[in-house]
Amino acid sequence: MNLLALDGAFVLEKLILIAVVISISLVVAMYATYVERKFAGFIQDRHGPNRAGPFGLLQPLADGLKLFFKEEIIPNNSNKLLFVLGPCLAMLTAMMTSAIIPWGGTVELFGQQVSLQIADINIGILYVFGVVSMGVYGMMIGGWASNNKFSLMAALRGASQAISYELAMGLSLIALLMLTGSLSLKTITEQQVTGLWNIVYQPVGFLIFFVCALAECNRAPFDLPEAESELNMGYHQEYSSMKLGFFLFAEYINMFISCAIIATLFFGGYDIPFVDESTWSGGAAAIGGVLALMTKTFILILVFMWIRWTLPRFRYDQLMNLGWKGLIPLALLNMVATGAVILLTMKQA
Amino acid sequence: MQSLTQRAKPVDRSPMTWLEKIYLWNIFKGMLITFRHFFKKRATIQYPEQKRPFSPVFRGLHILNRDEQGRENCTACGLCAVACPAEAITMEAAERLPGEEHLYREEKYAARYEINMLRCIFCGLCEEACPKDAIYLSETFAPANYSRKSFIYGKPDLLIPDPVKHPEEYAKAKGELDKKKSKP
Amino acid sequence: MSITQLLFWFLTALALGSALMVIFSKNPVHSILWLITTFFAISGHYILLNAQFLAIVNIIVYAGAIMVLFLFVVMLMNLNASATPLKKKWLRFAGVISGGCLLLVLTAALKDTDIMRQELMMKTGDIGLIHNLGTVLFKEYVLPFEISSVLFLSAMVGAVVIGKKE
Repeated sequence: MNLLALDGAFVLEKLILIAVVISISLVVAMYATYVERKFAGFIQDRHGPNRAGPFGLLQPLADGLKLFFKEEIIPNNSNKLLFVLGPCLAMLTAMMTSAIIPWGGTVELFGQQVSLQIADINIGILYVFGVVSMGVYGMMIGGWASNNKFSLMAALRGASQAISYELAMGLSLIALLMLTGSLSLKTITEQQVTGLWNIVYQPVGFLIFFVCALAECNRAPFDLPEAESELNMGYHQEYSSMKLGFFLFAEYINMFISCAIIATLFFGGYDIPFVDESTWSGGAAAIGGVLALMTKTFILILVFMWIRWTLPRFRYDQLMNLGWKGLIPLALLNMVATGAVILLTMKQA
Repeated sequence: MQSLTQRAKPVDRSPMTWLEKIYLWNIFKGMLITFRHFFKKRATIQYPEQKRPFSPVFRGLHILNRDEQGRENCTACGLCAVACPAEAITMEAAERLPGEEHLYREEKYAARYEINMLRCIFCGLCEEACPKDAIYLSETFAPANYSRKSFIYGKPDLLIPDPVKHPEEYAKAKGELDKKKSKP
Repeated sequence: MSITQLLFWFLTALALGSALMVIFSKNPVHSILWLITTFFAISGHYILLNAQFLAIVNIIVYAGAIMVLFLFVVMLMNLNASATPLKKKWLRFAGVISGGCLLLVLTAALKDTDIMRQELMMKTGDIGLIHNLGTVLFKEYVLPFEISSVLFLSAMVGAVVIGKKE
């Protein structure tokens, strides 16, 4: 375990990288709320927020301030510790996934090769699944600790949705992993930099993964855990002030991270399309890579929003049917087909 | 049954084809529709800066009219109160004393004239009932307030500005009234 | 004391402590949460043994899926301390005896094995890495592996049959 042979510069480098990544994801999540509202406005022939600051750009700050100044309510009969733990867990798990995304290649800073990835672990994508499966607990603990049956039902609804779609998500990825032969996101990206993007090989896998990512992020049309209009809010019904804000904020961070993961897995990560970066100097290539990944991520976030403001919400049985009877068999078929193709091409070679 | 409009379309209840069942194409079509709305003209009116023009038949807050010399037209005959279907108007009549000729046009005037704006339905029947050209519905609406009491408008709130003392404001209010009077 | 050892003792204390809390908490939901903490501590141990794949699978499967189902059941049944009836004395006694027997058997079985005599393999083992584990599973132990997967399949079919029953 060489990781634990600690080295000052290494720790400092990683700490700075973690701080930067987390603050970037916070800012992106903050402005995702703004973009979401603007986007919704444009789709509905409105302007969206435009009062706070030029073009309403200060709106996220105003929203945050408002949440902080709201009254903090902890229900009398709730389990206080767990009630507070719920949003903390939601935030924590949302942030943790960002650790393994390769944000770019390597840069040379102060005579050291700095990789723009917090941790390149050999189980990469499985780590994401582990953390995502932990995300359920924030929801469930929060819903249960509220001591409100509607919160509890919503928490169960959300948890069972998350578990169901995690399966299809994992199965859709297995086909991709058979192609890449590696779980490390860094390796997967580097394969795409030199070769074609994975979306070319795995269009069905991408589709399944994308739908499941929508469901995992509780985005419309799968936003049943928090259907405020017809299902009496969601697991965060009893939450107020910034604790509610944390739950909602965690979802935007989740959306950002999952878009980054989709971009990494299927759209070449920090690869700039139609350009050969290998001729560039190290710094320029790294910065260009980061920008490329960010652009891809933002486009995916916009697609998430576009879908949200187009499609109506699923009914719960439709959601379960789609997950268990639609996506999982499709993912299995995709897996078998990919395996067959790999086997055939290997025999010919 | 004969359809009422040309646009009526019978519901298609035939079972979905395989392509329809996977929804993808329809989702794509729906997303194209929302995308097209992205470039459409916004329907919003930016309220405090822009205001939607009132229609000529708009009925807003009441105004008690004065004549050119600034004398109140109202004689407290009570016809508006009788006409009011919401019973929002209350008034108290008083006799004009010598020396008050410059204030009131006729011998009798309204010492108290109150309209409860929470009861008022802005139907305009008071305007039609008035024989003295004394009450009009203007083009403003009642601003929000915190207490019920503040919605009972008395004479100071209702009277048009004095043409002698405040000619500019009077002219402004008058302009709106004239526009209203000239309507068909 | 190196950092690895520090981590080892910390994780051990965490695992044992939270395992005890599983038993001693009155509220079943708290028990489950402590059990999740135990799983995390065990995953930490796996990572110390350089078995990252096992560590993460432990989290995904046990902490992420099975414990969620436990929570489902407990939350929906609304168990709490006052609702659980007091067990009879002889039942507790029988429980202690049978648990003690299991412990005895386990320790007796493990006491004389080679693994126990060895020093703990810290950061040297590589069986827990995904590649090696896959090779072993699909070469040496392919029959037991497939049999266990058939077992899982039959369990799933059984669940569906029970669920379909009118």
